[in-house]
Amino acid sequence: MEKKVIEAIGISKSFHNPITVKVLTDVSFSIHAGEFVSVVGKSGCGKSTLLYILSTMDTNYEGELLLDGISMNHKKDAELAKVRNEKIGFVFQFHYLLNEFNNLQNVTLPGLKFGKLTTQEVEHNAYEKLKILGIENEAMKYPNQLSGGQKQRVAIARALVNEPLIIMGDEPTGNLDKKNSDMVFDIFKELAEEYHQSLLIVTHDLDFAAKTHRTITMEDGRIISVGLPQNEVN
Amino acid sequence: MKIKLITRISVALLTARLKQTMVAAFGVTFSITMFIALLSFMGGLNKLLDNLILNRTPHVRLYNEVLPSLTQPIAKSDEYADNYHFVRHIKPKNELLEIRNSAAIINALKNDPNVRGVAPKTTVPIFYNVGAINLTGVINGIDVDEENRLFTFQDYVVQGKTTDLKNIPNGIILGIGAAKKMLVQIGDNIQITTSDGTRFPLKVLGFFQSGVEEIDKVQSYATLATTQKILGKSPSYITDIQIKLFDMTLAPALAKRYHTLFETEAIDIQTANAQFETGSSVRTMISYAVGITLLIVAGFGIYNILNMMIYEKMDSIAILKATGFSGKDVNAIFITIALTIGLLGGALGLILGLGLSALIGQIPFNTPSLPTVKTYPIDYNPKFYLIGAVFSIITTYLAGYFPSRKASKIDPVDIIRGK
Repeated sequence: MEKKVIEAIGISKSFHNPITVKVLTDVSFSIHAGEFVSVVGKSGCGKSTLLYILSTMDTNYEGELLLDGISMNHKKDAELAKVRNEKIGFVFQFHYLLNEFNNLQNVTLPGLKFGKLTTQEVEHNAYEKLKILGIENEAMKYPNQLSGGQKQRVAIARALVNEPLIIMGDEPTGNLDKKNSDMVFDIFKELAEEYHQSLLIVTHDLDFAAKTHRTITMEDGRIISVGLPQNEVN
Repeated sequence: MKIKLITRISVALLTARLKQTMVAAFGVTFSITMFIALLSFMGGLNKLLDNLILNRTPHVRLYNEVLPSLTQPIAKSDEYADNYHFVRHIKPKNELLEIRNSAAIINALKNDPNVRGVAPKTTVPIFYNVGAINLTGVINGIDVDEENRLFTFQDYVVQGKTTDLKNIPNGIILGIGAAKKMLVQIGDNIQITTSDGTRFPLKVLGFFQSGVEEIDKVQSYATLATTQKILGKSPSYITDIQIKLFDMTLAPALAKRYHTLFETEAIDIQTANAQFETGSSVRTMISYAVGITLLIVAGFGIYNILNMMIYEKMDSIAILKATGFSGKDVNAIFITIALTIGLLGGALGLILGLGLSALIGQIPFNTPSLPTVKTYPIDYNPKFYLIGAVFSIITTYLAGYFPSRKASKIDPVDIIRGK
């Protein structure tokens, strides 16, 4: 059995504004290294909320979260920022690239923040990631000169630059047309299979979910199915 | 590494909004420029006005006053010790104005480490004879070299040379007000009369203008020897000993000491000219208040622009936080932006302030009461520049502090989910 990169144990969360609404109830599951997992569910079922808790950005919950076997509870903000920097790569629905920097610089920012490698090494890595995603020719352009699909690929390269433990995506294809979403999916698939990258993607696109290794289905803040690894289904 | 990265992000954000940044920086530049120019001008003016009196005033002056004896003979009688004494018949003596043993006192003062210089003086009240009328006046007998060194006497002699006083016997440098009344030119002879009726001819060697009209109408200068001759006294006859100290603030304490030590009256500059100290400190306070107000207004400008920038860059802040920048890093980025605006604007302000004050210093300023001043006085005190620099940094830091804290508290989840 591969080691668990993320383990959620009994996670619950409520919003208290203005009345208490429970959005997550006793959510427990885990993801192993190299797995490509999707989370599906209707709008408002709490799947994005769960993702933000798993990503350590939302700390206001009950239950326990283990990342790479280390508990994220009771960590300070600065420590959590470090965890996000080093262990988690993000891809959002919107690309969130900084228009003041060119694409290569956008990709290098998290790497420079990590500070483990020299600027040259980080730039080299960033260029390699862009190459994997087939957009190395756009490296010196600025984000506003790219198409939607290209921007999303730069955002994926940025998520990859620190070689994270897991990539998390919040509707990464939500803003893209069919052609571009297929391309983004193929990239994820390639990352999972060739580079053994773990991925956790929240989506409402059932076709997309069906093609991942495993699909976690949520309803009303509960997990109703953690899914089976696809190779066992087949 | 981390500082470099934060600087890079700050610079990118700054240049993305170059116009706004420049407006904010210019606000600081303007306020620092005005602050420097205002204080330099005020400082120069204060110095000028103070020097008008203070340059001419000794830090401690030793003199004798015409006073009745403090102990009347009746007080020495044991028989009337408990009675009220109203028999006071011993009147002041004539020679009391002379400082006795003056040579020894001057010698002792010259060896005092606190004393920068000692200038003896003999003051003679006289009348200038102008045709049929007599004008009251005072001749100061001075040691020309010491007077030049300690009281910049030569600056106030508008015509003629102070050295002539030393070289030509029976010479006088007349106050310009008195000279105008007497219609005399350099080289003319005038007559004076002393209080006891002695007439004496003197040769006019120059004119003196202090800037205080009342003084110029009355005072004149001659050498110690000339005045002693007018009075018919010996060369040891001195009525005043003027002392300049290295540290003016010691004057009150030293005056008290000299009073008991030399058994003369002693007055210090602070007591004699209290109103000047008050005037200049109030003027200085007002200019600081105006300058600091300008800086605070500039601070609000920076605050506004940073706030706007944070609203505009909300997404960027969110993604920086999501990709591992901590609240502290975000805070550092915006503080860096604020300080960059402050430093650039402030540095430019200091330079422009120097330029503006130099420009003011070129404006002609002619006034009959200030013969040595041709342009507006400017005090190029490095202290003003230091205060300006420190205040520009402090205000921009404070202006950046609250927006930066807000930026560091932004919850990335709120921003990202809101899309």
